[in-house]
Amino acid sequence: MAYPRADTHDDALPGKTILSGSDLQRVVDRIAHQILEKTSGATGTVLLGIPTRGVPLARRLAARIHAFEGIDIPIGSLDITLYRDDLRLHATRALGKTELPGDGIDGRRVILVDDVLFSGRTVRAALDALNDVGRPSSVQLAVLVDRGHRELPIRADYVGKNIPTSQAESVRVSLTEIDGGPDEVRLTGGAS
Amino acid sequence: MIKHLRSAADLDAATATLILDTAGEMATLAGREVKKLPTLRGRTVVNLFYEDSTRTRISFEAAAKRLSADVINFSAKGSSVSKGESLKDTALTLQAMGADAVVIRHPASGAPHRLASWVDGSVVNAGDGTHEHPTQALLDAYTMRSRLGRIDGLNVAIVGDVLHSRVARSNVLLLATLGAKVTLVGPPTLIPVDIVAAMAGGPKVSYDLDSVLPDADVVMMLRVQTERMQDSYFPSAREYSRRYGLDVPRMRKLPSHAIVMHPGPMNRGMEIAPEVADSSRSTIVEQVANGVSARMAVLYLLLGGKA
Repeated sequence: MAYPRADTHDDALPGKTILSGSDLQRVVDRIAHQILEKTSGATGTVLLGIPTRGVPLARRLAARIHAFEGIDIPIGSLDITLYRDDLRLHATRALGKTELPGDGIDGRRVILVDDVLFSGRTVRAALDALNDVGRPSSVQLAVLVDRGHRELPIRADYVGKNIPTSQAESVRVSLTEIDGGPDEVRLTGGAS
Repeated sequence: MIKHLRSAADLDAATATLILDTAGEMATLAGREVKKLPTLRGRTVVNLFYEDSTRTRISFEAAAKRLSADVINFSAKGSSVSKGESLKDTALTLQAMGADAVVIRHPASGAPHRLASWVDGSVVNAGDGTHEHPTQALLDAYTMRSRLGRIDGLNVAIVGDVLHSRVARSNVLLLATLGAKVTLVGPPTLIPVDIVAAMAGGPKVSYDLDSVLPDADVVMMLRVQTERMQDSYFPSAREYSRRYGLDVPRMRKLPSHAIVMHPGPMNRGMEIAPEVADSSRSTIVEQVANGVSARMAVLYLLLGGKA
């Protein structure tokens, strides 16, 4: 465990904190409530997380919904790597896991869960991937952070926090399950 | 990621594990109604087969098509090769057609290495002479891992005509990379002791199948290549079968978790008894299904990114 030096305060890491651990928890609680409200109690609903960080977020949402209403929503993960439109622009990517709930997604309301909504291309790829694994009755999108700069006509149904950013900045989401440390959303890069 | 897959020795442990993990994800496709991914849309894969092969060619074709690549099958029979065209000229033709990957099977050991120097695309060795067959080793490793949960530390017995087997050679290399302990078993005439001694991982050699079985986690039976029968590597098919064939009494000597593998096509009653081939220990049919997943993984990792 490294302790920050006395003269550096909490910005030993570059950038600034947008959501602290407790903020993030409140945001997840709010989205869970909104899902319950908008879907009349989340009946026939499936949460699909987009790897990497969408998966633990989906799990947390399902846990909160269980805590609020005592119901278990099926959760799963949907890897979109093989559906990306920029595969040829980068070195080959390793695949994430796709695990659908046992009863599948046919005729269900699927809520895609991701950490950051940016260009919208990930969501487009996810819609293509969904198309190959089943036929949901409807598809919604829940994101922790919407940072703008959409390149496709896509919007989220549930947004944790809207963060105005410049293209040069990057939004870094840390979740305990994936990154080990405390939960946090940071904005880094760009002109400071 | 590597550009070509010419030999199992092209793969370090991290890359081999990445291929096996990717194959695991590709395998989930088999349970879906839509067995197709858009990933390699617009890419061209040429199957260049100078030797007869059914399962390997079909497996590569299915793998490429499931990734939406365009597949061109080229077999030497009834082609310009029978009119005397050289491998190099064929390669330049494929190059001119814009092949992104060439999957080659050739009777001459080393043909994929030569081909890789003539074409811009990726070259995948689908079996060259008595040299190597790396995708077979990958699908075998994948099968072992999915049945037994690991590869590191497994005792693997490879039984039969090691001398002429490209499957054995690629498996020895890959299994050494992944930490398995290999024992090669067969008649002395069919085990090239000098070559084995120089191979990575230092596989053990045994001429007695019965003594190897009680400690084996995996028994991989090689096909007795009937085209070699005339060359008197062993006195008779019957004697070979008695000494090195896997029959029911021998299968009972295996630990209860052990699996029996065969790359196919098998000679039932020769190197493997029908009861063994059809038993629950046998992974022979699984190996075929896993072959498609493993080859999809290879094609994706070779062609999926920036060229």
